[in-house]
Amino acid sequence: MLDFAIIIDSLPDFARGTWLSLQLMLLSLLAGFIAALPLAVARSSSSILLSRSVGFYTYVFRGTPMLVQLLLIYYGLSQFEWMQRGWEEGNPVLLLFREPFFCAWLAFALNTTAYTTEIFAGVFKNTPIGEIEAGRATGMTHFTLLRRIVIPAGLRRAIPTYSNEVILMLQGSAIASAVTLVDLTGAARYVYSRHFAPFEAFIFAGIIYMLLTFFLVGIFRFAELRWLAHLRPRS
Amino acid sequence: MIQLEVQDLHKCYGANEVLKGVSLRAEAGDVISLIGSSGSGKSTFLRCINFLEHPNAGRIFVHGEELKLRPDGHGALIPEAKQLQLVRTRLAMVFQHFNLWAHMTVLQNVIEAPISVLKLSRAEAMERAQRHLERVGIWSHKDSYPAHLSGGQQQRVAIARALAMEPDVLLFDEPTSALDPELVGEVLKVMRRLAEEGRTMVVVTHEMGFAREVSNHVIFLHKGLIEEQGNPKEVLKNPSCERLQQFLSGQLK
Repeated sequence: MLDFAIIIDSLPDFARGTWLSLQLMLLSLLAGFIAALPLAVARSSSSILLSRSVGFYTYVFRGTPMLVQLLLIYYGLSQFEWMQRGWEEGNPVLLLFREPFFCAWLAFALNTTAYTTEIFAGVFKNTPIGEIEAGRATGMTHFTLLRRIVIPAGLRRAIPTYSNEVILMLQGSAIASAVTLVDLTGAARYVYSRHFAPFEAFIFAGIIYMLLTFFLVGIFRFAELRWLAHLRPRS
Repeated sequence: MIQLEVQDLHKCYGANEVLKGVSLRAEAGDVISLIGSSGSGKSTFLRCINFLEHPNAGRIFVHGEELKLRPDGHGALIPEAKQLQLVRTRLAMVFQHFNLWAHMTVLQNVIEAPISVLKLSRAEAMERAQRHLERVGIWSHKDSYPAHLSGGQQQRVAIARALAMEPDVLLFDEPTSALDPELVGEVLKVMRRLAEEGRTMVVVTHEMGFAREVSNHVIFLHKGLIEEQGNPKEVLKNPSCERLQQFLSGQLK
């Protein structure tokens, strides 16, 4: 059976790892949400040029594994001479690319932005034409129509799909350990190598991921109750 | 005072010309019924008035002001954006399928455009909303979502939403066609009251009773042309053109 002494002994490591995983996930989701809103509006617009250029971005980032993107950003960019020169000169922006946390955040954010953009663009495009006509007929400008009808209605309908993206980001953040970060998975690896106790290390990490997921599911269930009341059958 | 005037409106989809020069003139207090079989162009005509569809030719005057139109290169007429938005606030529309905003409650639906388009204060918009929702008898449902109301109730909310803009002209696009027969009456009753208050209304309808009893002018459209028009009591009783006779006898079956 599991050796609980090892787990209890390693609790601080797990706690630090969990905190890092949560930070990475929440900060990249936040950036992704903010960036995805205008991108999704562009993606669902009738301008082919706008829609296609955003489509190209989402195609690239959805078409390659997040791990590959992370390795390219962290290990790949440092190969460029201009990057190394920037580091020597102390360029504050380029120096960020030496930080594994920043590189992981950037890769995750770019990735979740791509997925979130497609989720939001899908629901925006599905706005019932009648609701748009009703807005136009009252004299709403294109911007008001987006701000008051298309975006608020779409975001509500996106909640169930978006909750999936959030959970996938939590699990996906496990690859942060590939760039020396000690996230929750990284902590489990560390516990494993120190005690040679794979079950204790990885099962306990798995339980923490499950608890976090359980918590996220609860939050989204609450969000659906609050914001999707208009789609529920009358009680 | 002429509230709305449309002159010689043409509209085609590709080679198919659905409106071949239709005119209409509504003075304050006029209630005009547009009747005709499906495909006659009556809904398209109504939707061209507030540019939910773009006509190919014609002139439109709202409250004496002519809409500035320019051709878009594909044959359609494009209005000037600022003027169109202003004109649309003067012409409120009620749709066949209600088209309420599903994510908003009844009250939110009614105060939305007065606040975001007319820039009224929230308090003013609420005051208007209460007045108009009470008038259509649905104030008690103000916190419900549209999906939780019957079709007749939804349409009455849509009418209150249109009234809250305090427009010069109300445009009705087959307002009872999507309703169950037993719900038609409650909507027609509200519309009759609006007519009695002296509101200017243009109504596309299949309800011959409404056309005959409530409106003071009826226009019969057939294949994109006005075949007959006039006082509904005369036109509907003794139609002179054969098409209208056929259309009316079909209605009575």
